[in-house]
Amino acid sequence: MSTVTADPAPSSARPGRSARPSRLRRSWEKHWYAWAMVLPVVVVLAVLIFYPLFRGIWLSFTNLNEANQVAEICTRSITGGEVCNDNPNKWEFVGLDNYVRVLTGEVGEFWQWTGTTLIWTFVCVACHFGLGLGLASMLNRPMRARGLYRVLLVLPWAVPAFVSAFAWKFIFNERLGLANALLTAVGIEPVSWFADRWTALFTAIVTNIWLGVPFMMVALLGGMQTIPSELYEAAEIDGASAWQRFKNITLPGLRPVSMTVVLLGTIWTFNMFPIIFLVTEGQPAGQSEILVTGAYRAAFEGIRNYSLASTYGVLILSILLVFSVFYRRVLRKQGEVW
Amino acid sequence: MGRAPKTGRSRRSPAMSVLLHGTLILASLIAIGPIVWVLLSSLKPGYAIQSSELTLFRDTTLANYRYVLTETNFPRWFLNSVIVAAFTMAIGIFLSATTGYAVSRFNFPGRRPLMMVFLVTQMFPVAILIVPIYTILARLGLINTMPALIVAYLTIAVPFCAWMLKGYFDSIPTSLDEAAALDGCGPFATFWKVVLPLARPAVAVTAFYTFLTAWGEVAYASAFIQTDNRFTLAYGLQQFVPQFNPQWEYLTAAAVLVTIPAGLVFFFAQKHLVSGLTAGGTKG
Repeated sequence: MSTVTADPAPSSARPGRSARPSRLRRSWEKHWYAWAMVLPVVVVLAVLIFYPLFRGIWLSFTNLNEANQVAEICTRSITGGEVCNDNPNKWEFVGLDNYVRVLTGEVGEFWQWTGTTLIWTFVCVACHFGLGLGLASMLNRPMRARGLYRVLLVLPWAVPAFVSAFAWKFIFNERLGLANALLTAVGIEPVSWFADRWTALFTAIVTNIWLGVPFMMVALLGGMQTIPSELYEAAEIDGASAWQRFKNITLPGLRPVSMTVVLLGTIWTFNMFPIIFLVTEGQPAGQSEILVTGAYRAAFEGIRNYSLASTYGVLILSILLVFSVFYRRVLRKQGEVW
Repeated sequence: MGRAPKTGRSRRSPAMSVLLHGTLILASLIAIGPIVWVLLSSLKPGYAIQSSELTLFRDTTLANYRYVLTETNFPRWFLNSVIVAAFTMAIGIFLSATTGYAVSRFNFPGRRPLMMVFLVTQMFPVAILIVPIYTILARLGLINTMPALIVAYLTIAVPFCAWMLKGYFDSIPTSLDEAAALDGCGPFATFWKVVLPLARPAVAVTAFYTFLTAWGEVAYASAFIQTDNRFTLAYGLQQFVPQFNPQWEYLTAAAVLVTIPAGLVFFFAQKHLVSGLTAGGTKG
């Protein structure tokens, strides 16, 4: 131990120890405050998100439902004592049965719901992004009443989703709604919106677009304001047209923001429960259900089927995971490091 | 308020001006139209709403509001919602800010996985995993209490907010932290006294987002709360929508009342929305 006084590293204080614990220790000393700062969130997420997730995955391989969840059936005998017997129909491990039943269409309409979900997600996200981009680039220029327009356009964001759902359901009401009143006023036959799969889906999509554009618009507007204005000035000196400036400066400059909001928007829309649930209620006859709402009704109407709900949950999560891995891979191929 | 690009860059022709303002006015009308329509309807008596005639005002009355505020449990639900939303907001800001700061500033082991986890939590179909969460909350004895809702809403809101705040903190130069450290501030003091005040726009957006999450959520509220005097607004309002005969006149009035507090929070946050969300988006 000749180096005791010369070596400032803390590991020298513990001679004979291997490097590993001291590295752990140093890591702890260096990072403890970072870990302390994220700890509460990690604990809450672990208890309320990851434990349910793993339990959900396990349940999807069983046949647990409301009726067979008790392990013992107890009956009061005539003498007053309680006799407990094992429940003969107790829930059990059933392997892949749930997945087979769901994927073959024995329960629910998995493939139809998936199709509807894909259409719903694609149309909504495309419109959110397109309209958001259009409005943001209009707002990103000097003009009168700019602040007022921005407040008004963002306002739908402040309306709670269930209130918007009620409002639009009210507007699309077949008998007393504004939509049909306007159609009648211009001489078009009123439409029974919820009698056809596509018109029903249309009402839900309109509602969701109305609800979701402000977020995209605000995020993209923010992104546009981080693009240095020198770029535009230089382009203008070079004689670039407005469209060329948009295509060659604005769009590339927005890439990082767009990538994030499109991914988030896709995930959020895919799992958007209240709109379909409250606006179309699956009408007509469950044809306008998306995966989350269809699964919810299949699993929770009648005898609550916990294992079935979990099976759907796992399938939905898998679809989204595959999508985001794929999405990131495509981005990385195009040189995005995100 | 965002900066506009330099004035005079492109002088618009009058036709372009008309087109620009026309489009924006139309878009604004679509944006506020449904809200205004519900507001107007809430001022009509029931029979006027039930008629299919298109009128803006008819026998204007506040009777629907009177009914909702005095004949139902609405004030109680309102109070419950305020409590749940306020706590979700306060705790949510605190947790997302500390987490966002740690992830932004310190390169600690577990940092990247944590960011991934935040993204994955957004993929959870809430409506379906509600049962396992219910089981846990029941085991903790939290069913039919407000903490159950607050904790559940935090799991929805905090990952996104932490992500957003992380992006904003990234845009604050680390030289400020270093200067504070030289002045003898520890990491917590640096965060609290130097970085957090600079991140006010992003904090405002977080406040808005957490409040709105708690204010408008239906699925958890209907699963975890069982007695009438503990309902939140989102769930209490469903009482006006019986299966076959929705009471639109009360529903519209209640919808307006529900939207007002959200509107107030929005009003205070809106100045910061653009700048607050910006960095969060760019840095992802």
